[in-house]
Amino acid sequence: MALLELRKLTRRFGDFSAVDNVSLSIESGEFVTLLGPSGCGKTTILRMIAGFDLPDVGQILLDGSNIADIPPEKRPLHTVFQSYALFPHMTVADNVAFPLRMAHFDKAAIAAKVHEALESVYLSDRARAYPHELSGGRKQRVALARSLVNRPRLLLLDEPLAALDAKLREEMQHELIDLQREIGITFIFVTHAQDEALALSHRVAVMNRGRIEQYDEPSKIYGFPRNRFVADFIGNTNLLEVAVTEATPTHLRLAAAGLGDIVSPPREGTRAGQKGWFSVRPEQVRIGGHLDGELENHYSGKVRSFIYVGDVTTYTVELADGTAIEALLSNSAPGRARFFEVGDDVAVGWPHDAGVFLHD
Amino acid sequence: MRRNPLWLWAAALAAYAFLYLPLLIVVLYSFNDSRLNAEWVGFTLHWYSELFNDANMLIAARNSLLIAATASLAATLLGTLAGLAIHRYKLRILPVLAITPVAMPEILLGVSLLLFFNLVFRPWLGLELGMWSVIVAHITFCIGFVTIVVRVSLLGMDESIFEAARDLGATPWQTFRLVTFPLILPAVMAGALMSFSLSLDDFVITFFTAGVGVSTLPLEIYSMIKIAVTPEVNAVSTLLMLLTLGMIVLASRIHGKAVRSIGV
Ligand SMILES: Nc1ncnc2c1ncn2[C@@H]1O[C@H](COP(=O)(O)OP(=O)(O)O)[C@@H](O)[C@H]1O
Ligand SMILES: [Mg+2]
Repeated sequence: MALLELRKLTRRFGDFSAVDNVSLSIESGEFVTLLGPSGCGKTTILRMIAGFDLPDVGQILLDGSNIADIPPEKRPLHTVFQSYALFPHMTVADNVAFPLRMAHFDKAAIAAKVHEALESVYLSDRARAYPHELSGGRKQRVALARSLVNRPRLLLLDEPLAALDAKLREEMQHELIDLQREIGITFIFVTHAQDEALALSHRVAVMNRGRIEQYDEPSKIYGFPRNRFVADFIGNTNLLEVAVTEATPTHLRLAAAGLGDIVSPPREGTRAGQKGWFSVRPEQVRIGGHLDGELENHYSGKVRSFIYVGDVTTYTVELADGTAIEALLSNSAPGRARFFEVGDDVAVGWPHDAGVFLHD
Repeated sequence: MRRNPLWLWAAALAAYAFLYLPLLIVVLYSFNDSRLNAEWVGFTLHWYSELFNDANMLIAARNSLLIAATASLAATLLGTLAGLAIHRYKLRILPVLAITPVAMPEILLGVSLLLFFNLVFRPWLGLELGMWSVIVAHITFCIGFVTIVVRVSLLGMDESIFEAARDLGATPWQTFRLVTFPLILPAVMAGALMSFSLSLDDFVITFFTAGVGVSTLPLEIYSMIKIAVTPEVNAVSTLLMLLTLGMIVLASRIHGKAVRSIGV
């Protein structure tokens, strides 16, 4: 049985549905991320799971039973708030001890657990400090220790890394992964940063306007986006408007306006005559002076611009009809940071098994 | 222009002189060894000892302290609850209603309270004006101050702190006791001290609601200066001033932001 199950959850504010018919099932021990642009309803979902808000429609099941009537303090789960929400009048140690006091542990047990929890986030030496004396990263660690100290079944994290700088963020990402693996507590993590979602999670629920667009493993989300929104939101992609001219169990043949034919992998439920979109990632696109006949899909054009970012260079190639295709070239060979100059005549192409056809 | 122009300094100096010179004179003459507030004769503490032998003055002082203590205690309790309620339920109109008595001309409040007591309390409860009516009147004008100070302190807080407490296992009551109350305590204390000094100083509203027979320090001073501004008046004024000043300084030490926000 799933640890947590959201069944057709809807939350309206006036006429506006902040959360719209969301169903989601989370297994025990999983690290699940809700990913979506700001305002898509992520926080509202967490608030309903934590008990600070109630759904207008739908149910939240924990271990198979509805928790609608259980107040926040009785739910076996904790939240790490975006603002950390540390108690400013309590020391670090007292903050961490708070959930244990509420659960009526005796003094000795509290001291031992607090010590252990602070150790696990490398803050034993700051036990007597007050929150305002700590840096953002350390406040974050205290908040984590505080919500994990009495071992909840489920931890909700609302954009916990958003306020940290890039370097610290990456460090905390590694710590989070390790921590979650070590203690085996189920995490529901909220973020609007796609790289973070892909890096951390077992499964990602991509959200848009209160709905879940796709719920899958990171590699599936990235490699097989279900629709245009997901393809576009996760990573970079080339999106081409196409019509299906041939649909067989082994391949699709697509007609792209101005570009010509594209051969792409098959997709269930696709029929000739359908219109839709073709998405191919820049790293799947090859670029060369002239591409040999091995690639089913190849087109010639001119280099319009390129962006060199150290490890890779992204070329934007303008095809004869004006379509721009991005191609990514690795710079692993030293001294060969650039292969092409702006204005060079080049060809771009990709194999028949690259890219996906999207219905909408 | 980097340097502060001289005239600005002069203007500031003049403004402060305007505010504090009269007070300074009162303090000075309370130590003057002469019956008349005219020329400086010499230093004495005689008027202070006179004060502590004046039975009327002592009764007035006792009344004043009793009224201030009771009224500020009750106003702090009610005002804190009102501040919490306004914040919790996000009521737009209530803050205005709480401020109104604070901003209303005192004489209006005094007159309306007198009417109210005479129309309601006297006929229905058989109570004559006295200590109780002064206390009720003082509670009325102090509540607003406490409410505002408490509300301002709540406005500055991160709402998720209270949710975090619930989230970590605290009941609503535990959340109040362990998180909300300790956090608003400085504001509550500041409100209490301000109420105390406001009540201690009040003349107008007390004048209307005291009836006959109850005297407070401000009323006593007033009845004395009807004859002449004696050195005893200077002495008692100095003491009153000192007490008030101490309260305000203490209040703003405890919770400067909230106190300043209402401009006391
Ligand atoms: N209490 C509320 N009243 C009205 N609208 C709200 C309320 N809470 C959230 N919303 C709206 O619901 C939408 C989703 O909000 P939220 O869940 O916070 O988004 P996210 O966390 O994904 O950024 C937003 O458009 C927000 O303005
Ligand atoms: Mg949010």
